[in-house]
Amino acid sequence: MDGTVTDVGVQPVTLARRQFDSLVIGAGGGGLRAALQLATADANVAVVSKVFPTRSHTVAAQGGINAALANVLPDNWHWHMYDTIKGSDYLGDQDAIEYMCRSASHLVYELEHAGVPFSRLDDGKIYQRPFGGQSQNFGGEQAARTCAAADRTGHAMLHTLYQQNIHAKTHFFDEYFAIDLIKDDEGFVLGALVLEIETGKPLLIEAKTTLIATGGAGQLFRTNTNARINTGDGMGMALRAGIPLQDMEFFQFHPTGVAGRGMLLTEGARGEGGYLINKDGERFMERYAPHAKDLASRDVVSRAISTEVREGRGCGPDGEYVLLKLDHLGRDVLQKRLPGISDTIRTFLHIDPAEEPVPVFPTAHYTMGGIPTNRHGQVVVPIDQGEEVIPGLYAAGECACVSVHGANRLGGNSLLDIVVFGRAAGNDIIEYLSNNRYHRRLDEASVDKAVDHLQRWDLQGEGESVANLRNELQLTMEKYCGVFRTEVVLAEGIEKVLELQQRMADVRLQDHSRIFNTARIEAMELENLFDIAVATVVSAHARQESRGAHSRIDYPERDDVHWLKHSLYYKRDRRLDYKPVTLKPISVESFPPKERVY
Amino acid sequence: MDPQASSQDRTLHERARLQWQCRRGMLELDAMLQDFMDKRYDDLTPAELQAFEMLLKAPDQLLLDYLMGHAIPIDTEVANVAQQIRYAAGP
Ligand SMILES: Cc1cc2nc3c(=O)[nH]c(=O)nc-3n(C[C@H](O)[C@H](O)[C@H](O)COP(=O)(O)OP(=O)(O)OC[C@H]3O[C@@H](n4cnc5c(N)ncnc54)[C@H](O)[C@@H]3O)c2cc1C
Repeated sequence: MDGTVTDVGVQPVTLARRQFDSLVIGAGGGGLRAALQLATADANVAVVSKVFPTRSHTVAAQGGINAALANVLPDNWHWHMYDTIKGSDYLGDQDAIEYMCRSASHLVYELEHAGVPFSRLDDGKIYQRPFGGQSQNFGGEQAARTCAAADRTGHAMLHTLYQQNIHAKTHFFDEYFAIDLIKDDEGFVLGALVLEIETGKPLLIEAKTTLIATGGAGQLFRTNTNARINTGDGMGMALRAGIPLQDMEFFQFHPTGVAGRGMLLTEGARGEGGYLINKDGERFMERYAPHAKDLASRDVVSRAISTEVREGRGCGPDGEYVLLKLDHLGRDVLQKRLPGISDTIRTFLHIDPAEEPVPVFPTAHYTMGGIPTNRHGQVVVPIDQGEEVIPGLYAAGECACVSVHGANRLGGNSLLDIVVFGRAAGNDIIEYLSNNRYHRRLDEASVDKAVDHLQRWDLQGEGESVANLRNELQLTMEKYCGVFRTEVVLAEGIEKVLELQQRMADVRLQDHSRIFNTARIEAMELENLFDIAVATVVSAHARQESRGAHSRIDYPERDDVHWLKHSLYYKRDRRLDYKPVTLKPISVESFPPKERVY
Repeated sequence: MDPQASSQDRTLHERARLQWQCRRGMLELDAMLQDFMDKRYDDLTPAELQAFEMLLKAPDQLLLDYLMGHAIPIDTEVANVAQQIRYAAGP
């Protein structure tokens, strides 16, 4: 069927093709930073994004970006490195972490020069705020390392990077959905099949290099803080291309999200004196953490909430959440100190927090795992005793696992990760392009396979609906692979997710139009979510220890003897493999694993 | 768009196009815009529809300010739609 597709009921149309030096899939901070590096080096670069670039999820980041500028308190990159390794519960790769922390100041100044309006101190220097997990002098006093542009850092970064790319003549394919990678027999990645959402027409983008920068997969869980676009498409594409996903069992949850809707209610609410109660009105955190109570660390509070609900002490008609009590603080305090939270509660729950307690549940926030890369952004897979680079393929940002966050990400390190490794990937691609001047011959079999994948959604008839199945998947993941994890729960989770995935075969779309057929996009997003869900629950089931965000009730301790290693999940046969953590930094001494106490 | 598409098709396409414009970078926006599409879209007057389109062109942070009532669009019709979206959000 050489390069043709059949439009349902219409005559065959030729598959349009375009060629670029480099393809970037995703226009968040990671993709745009990489594209900028390429375009300014005069590479011919295409950026594909399923939504208009400045609507990427990076826009939601409010807190800020970490760099040891030492503008407010003493600081240096080596302390930042220590904090990041400790925060990662020693699962982070120390070479990548050193590289990130050393590059941070330079990259923040670069953003400043490009026009990001960072908040300032009276002396004109960039203001820095303290965030959890930041210390001076390797675990000493609190540090202040987070640079912010008021409460819209991600927004400012994204808009600045987009403008710079326009200026550098990056070619944008806005509202194009990437379906699958094109790969040849020798393992070279040659581009991707994408779909123009407006017209429903497929397009083959051939490129000497392809960078995946499609962001995280918060939509795996019912209660999550992520935009709806965060369906982990790039991770699904990688799995289908035979590439494993790394450390997928590590998903960061925030204890207090709006129940059933996910919006984040920051720690500030409890910091100001709010507390949690169960259906008996009991202040249950006193049982789980007698000293810190409601201010215990995120994972402890999350697990406590989940346990209350599981053991039948949840509130509401189905006992599915607990309540956050804020009314005793009084209307004035709420309005003055917690205006954002009060707004969110009023808007999405129609509750006045000054009068009624607020339904909350742990909310999924950040995907630590992802496509395995080295610190140059190259996608790497294990071979014999070492690792092999997948030629022509790169990944950066939340979809990648480089791994700087290990088992647990520190606030403010993700915006840093995306610009540092976006740029690093850009630099490596430039070198690759200088050694690989010509396009390789396209692998038509791989193209056909991708086209078949798309055409599967033309099947007509009665069947299951995407929305139903997605809801069931999200609920199942929340219940069986959320914060409450045991052997039994996870084993049941695997079974349930696989059962649901089988039902994908029966899904039929009712809408077969071409123009803005969002049903078809949502169906392909759900396919990706399923592949990632299986990866997550299988990896979580196998890891018999508690480390960072992965906490097992039945294995409550970290086990460095058996589990100081990265998981790798392959779609084929649902196989797991492992590889060592890189404990050797680039230029400084290693930080050996220690007990993680704050 | 196909010039021969019926007006019903055109209405459907229009809705689908706007539906995709409601996919934003923040959960709060996704939730509010989706609630509005589900509850109110079918009752919008042509003037309100036009205002809704204008509103969707705003960058995400500004749109959030409009919808949460922290900023008010200059155009009164747009401001009215922003307010309707805020009221349609939630249970
Ligand atoms: C509420 C919230 C607040 C946060 N605050 C902070 C903070 O203060 N500091 C911090 O460091 N981190 C923060 N984070 C985390 C941080 O925002 C993200 O990890 C980071 O922005 C991810 O950037 P990215 O470039 O990897 O992906 P994204 O910004 O998610 O971009 C992904 C891109 O891929 C595109 N895409 C996806 N799938 C496809 C497809 N199939 N075809 C075509 N295009 C596709 C999308 O259109 C988009 O352009 C926060 C996260 C949340 C949820």
